[in-house]
Amino acid sequence: MGAVMTVINIAYFIAAILFIVGLKQMSSPTNARRGILWAGVGMVLATVVTFAHPELEGAVNYLLIILGIAIGGGLAWWSGRKVAMTDMPQMIALYNGMGGGAAAGIGAIYLLQADPETASDVVLAIAVVGSLIGSVAFSGSMVAFAKLQGLMDKTVNFPAQQWVNLGVFAVTVLLGLSLALSGGDVSGPVLLLFFVLALAFGIMMTLPIGGADMPVVISLYNALTGLAVGFKGFVLDNPALMIAGVVVGAAGTLLTQLMAKAMNRKLSNVLFKQFGGSSGGAAEEVTGSLKAIEAPDAGIMMAFANKVIIVPGYGMAVAQAQHKIWELTQMLTARGVAVKFAIHPVAGRMPGHMNVLLAEAGVPYDIIYDLDEINNEFKTADVAVVIGANDVVNPIARTDPDSPIYGMPILNADQAHNVIVIKRGRGAGFSGIENHLFYADNTRMLYGDGQKAASELIAAVKELG
Amino acid sequence: MIEGFVALYIFMLAAFTGYEVISKVPVILHTPLMSGSNFIHGIVLVGTMVALGHAATPLEQLIGFVAVILAAGNAVGGYVVTERMLEMFKTSRGGK
Repeated sequence: MGAVMTVINIAYFIAAILFIVGLKQMSSPTNARRGILWAGVGMVLATVVTFAHPELEGAVNYLLIILGIAIGGGLAWWSGRKVAMTDMPQMIALYNGMGGGAAAGIGAIYLLQADPETASDVVLAIAVVGSLIGSVAFSGSMVAFAKLQGLMDKTVNFPAQQWVNLGVFAVTVLLGLSLALSGGDVSGPVLLLFFVLALAFGIMMTLPIGGADMPVVISLYNALTGLAVGFKGFVLDNPALMIAGVVVGAAGTLLTQLMAKAMNRKLSNVLFKQFGGSSGGAAEEVTGSLKAIEAPDAGIMMAFANKVIIVPGYGMAVAQAQHKIWELTQMLTARGVAVKFAIHPVAGRMPGHMNVLLAEAGVPYDIIYDLDEINNEFKTADVAVVIGANDVVNPIARTDPDSPIYGMPILNADQAHNVIVIKRGRGAGFSGIENHLFYADNTRMLYGDGQKAASELIAAVKELG
Repeated sequence: MIEGFVALYIFMLAAFTGYEVISKVPVILHTPLMSGSNFIHGIVLVGTMVALGHAATPLEQLIGFVAVILAAGNAVGGYVVTERMLEMFKTSRGGK
């Protein structure tokens, strides 16, 4: 091992440590920012030293590398800077898919260059598996991106879909097997067909999955990309890729499980069963009626309360009402009202997304509580304000076994003395299920755009002086 | 070449590390953490650089070039959005 390679390996070693420590720090809100900075330093270090890697040769290749980094990095910098916080989930899916595609690309080059004289079956097999996973993560993430971005509205379903998908997957695996057992004598057409089918499988697997389940899927693809990168590390004999990739693969798997659990969805159901597809039972009849309230009355109700719990949902973020809600919160706090935010794990478009949106508006994270922390407090709250949330406060999840959301943990907003629901119209939620909370005796509906309603509430509280 | 069993040990230890490191993450950080881990597998950039670095045919160069673009997008994009999200977290006592 030459001196240059030693330096490179030391740099990779430091980068791996920085990644792990950075990831560790990112799991606590107080030093999460430092975590990403450290990981960033590791990335720059690893990238810079790689320019001196002895396996890099040819002026053209160097030029292409620099050009590629400039193009890819530049576009990502620009898009990452300007993307709205509400669109964060699909951006993560997009960047993640790119990583998966890159891993598949490494695999393609390795398999093209494989030399029957030196190729080892094990390394070939790892290259094939990594390519398969990377390709699926790439095309699957792109579909997830398109769906969340609204470029592709419908879920695509056709009879025996899972069997067709399984068939495609089986053929892909067989082709992969023949590549792995080729002993390095790789046939071009087989290689091409393998990648085409792997990419097709990623698309077909993601098409039937609905928007509500997308976060779990994106998280899964994130884990898969990590794993694919890890496998490529073994192929290229590159410890930085191995460790970072496998660490992310494992962390991503855990995160996927946590998210699925938070959403009360089994991962297998997300992947292989359409939402509500099989539950044909009649929904419980809605009793009661919708009772409207005007903003000034709602404002008074909140201003003279002891405790107000705000339940924000994605609708609030769509209406860009979070800044107004924070302003309202500050005014109420100044009047001595205790205001807390209750976040359901799936508020927003993925777990934690709502926290990011509130943080953007300036809401400090220590008045934001998650489901387990706050659910017993609704009983003692004078007013629960539901803004832009629907299914996550639907008591039917506790009571009606026929409902598709039955069993999903919900925020017990219905237990507050009074409930104010700020809602644009009368439609049902994301899942299309009637919300019994809206018809409850202690619930009043404040109709209107979230931002406008919040402004009117602010005006109402202001008037009280 | 990292020998078979050593590679297997690395794989296992790295997997446990990844699992342990985020085992106590609060829900509020799920999105940034997913984004952050997404950034970390941007290290694939290093792999694509090496792959393109010894590409010999135009086809390999083309694949390698696309792979480098994708990987750079993963790394840079992942960093930018994670940093933007985490920048915003603060407590009511001020400070970050």
